[in-house]
Amino acid sequence: MIELFGPYFRRLYDTTGLNYNVFYDQYEFDRFATGASNSLQLIFWALFLSLIIGVIGAWAQSAKSGFVRVGMDAYIQVFRNTPPMIQLLFFYFGLGALTPSVDMGGYSQPLVSAYAWATISLGIFGGAFNVEIFRSGIDAVPDSTLEAAESLCFSKWQTYLYITLPLAFRISLPALTNNLVSLAKTTSLAYVIAVPEMTYVLNQVWSDNVNVPEMMLLLFLFYIVVVTAIASALHLLERKLALPGYGQ
Amino acid sequence: MTVRAFVLDPAKLSSQRPLSFLSWRHGLCLAVAFLASLMSAWAQATPPGRPSAIETLIVWLPFIFQGFALNLLMSFLAMALATVLGVALGLMQISLVWPIRSPSRFITHLLRNSPWLVILFVVMYMLPAEFRMPGGGRVAIPDWVKATVAFALPVMGNISEIVRGAVRSIPTGQWDSAEGLAFTRSQTLRWIILPQCVRRAIPPWMNWYALLTLSTPMASIFSVHEAVANAQAGMEAAGARPELLFPFYLFLLCLFFAYIYPIALWTRRLERKYVV
Repeated sequence: MIELFGPYFRRLYDTTGLNYNVFYDQYEFDRFATGASNSLQLIFWALFLSLIIGVIGAWAQSAKSGFVRVGMDAYIQVFRNTPPMIQLLFFYFGLGALTPSVDMGGYSQPLVSAYAWATISLGIFGGAFNVEIFRSGIDAVPDSTLEAAESLCFSKWQTYLYITLPLAFRISLPALTNNLVSLAKTTSLAYVIAVPEMTYVLNQVWSDNVNVPEMMLLLFLFYIVVVTAIASALHLLERKLALPGYGQ
Repeated sequence: MTVRAFVLDPAKLSSQRPLSFLSWRHGLCLAVAFLASLMSAWAQATPPGRPSAIETLIVWLPFIFQGFALNLLMSFLAMALATVLGVALGLMQISLVWPIRSPSRFITHLLRNSPWLVILFVVMYMLPAEFRMPGGGRVAIPDWVKATVAFALPVMGNISEIVRGAVRSIPTGQWDSAEGLAFTRSQTLRWIILPQCVRRAIPPWMNWYALLTLSTPMASIFSVHEAVANAQAGMEAAGARPELLFPFYLFLLCLFFAYIYPIALWTRRLERKYVV
């Protein structure tokens, strides 16, 4: 693949001095590709985990047990009001010191890697916001709709599955888009616990090759492309799911 | 304009807004939980002859607080800078002249859609280390000042968006009646529209202050001596024992929580008060 655009970027470097060596040097290109794939996977899993936590949390917030509700509120408050970077450090160093290591024959490797801690920590951080979003979505389903379902002999579970959830999901989608985009941007923080994602890798590249401005431009472009992709995918979903008869 | 049957205002639920229900009781529960966990960390067996993790933490407490003061200073200065520049950018966004409007809109979107860390890297590496005065003298720019500028930028983009949103949320009737009284556009903005915007913009503005303060620890990546960097230095100096990590980072979390949570409560109260 590098044969395709490699010569162009090499010529660009020779003629203008713009050193995009990740596109013509095989070694740097491999680094770049690893960083991009790690970053995308991290974003995917962190978003996935945050959604799961959001759904379970929204359900827990309407639990009968007061203990569960207070616990859920405490979780949301803690993770919304503390710096995500210290959360990452706390999870990786604080809790990481307590988890066991596996002897890999000569050296020991922690059971939970930095990458896994980043996914867990960012997922929990983003989940704290998703809980609130899903819960408001469920609350916003009009009572009259639920009463109508009841009068049509829907059971409680059927009402939840066929009426509340589909409506709540549609209602919370715009807010969800905002939060997921924000979480995708926050994944760059995994840099502080040395997860080899895009920010970390490009940092190594520009330290080795002193092409800071070019790599920074690339970093900006990467995040703008990712953010735009997530936002437009969710907007598309929103349009596809729009209820006929409602909306602009 | 058609009205949806049931609408959630996305701005109300984004990560930039506080929770719909907050009470000081939650905070109290959490404070108790934090203290309990600190106690349990203290109760952990330590070999005799070495100070326990909590004792080490207490020794380094003044140093960490000194760093936290820098966090607060950075957050105040960055917020001031972001407010001034953000309001200017926001007013440019509602300009009637498109050569002013479209670049400012582009800048706003760029600043809003980039990760804070990336902006921090750009500013730290791109700003010169020293500033040459016109007279020939040189003034060195300390790292924490550069970091302050970096934290101001994303907030500036968001404040610009808040200003635009607030101006758009004022009913058209206000503009029409001002026109009926022969106000010019700038007079209308100055005397009629903007005073009404201030009220609406204060809760989101405070929210952004909280978010800004929450991101100041990132400056520790560039060895600015703020709370996190000082705590890490303290752990190193105390022998870099792994049992120190848990209480030190937990303490940092508590420290930020204790500062941010009252602000979140206050923001929520103002929001309820200013509800239109």
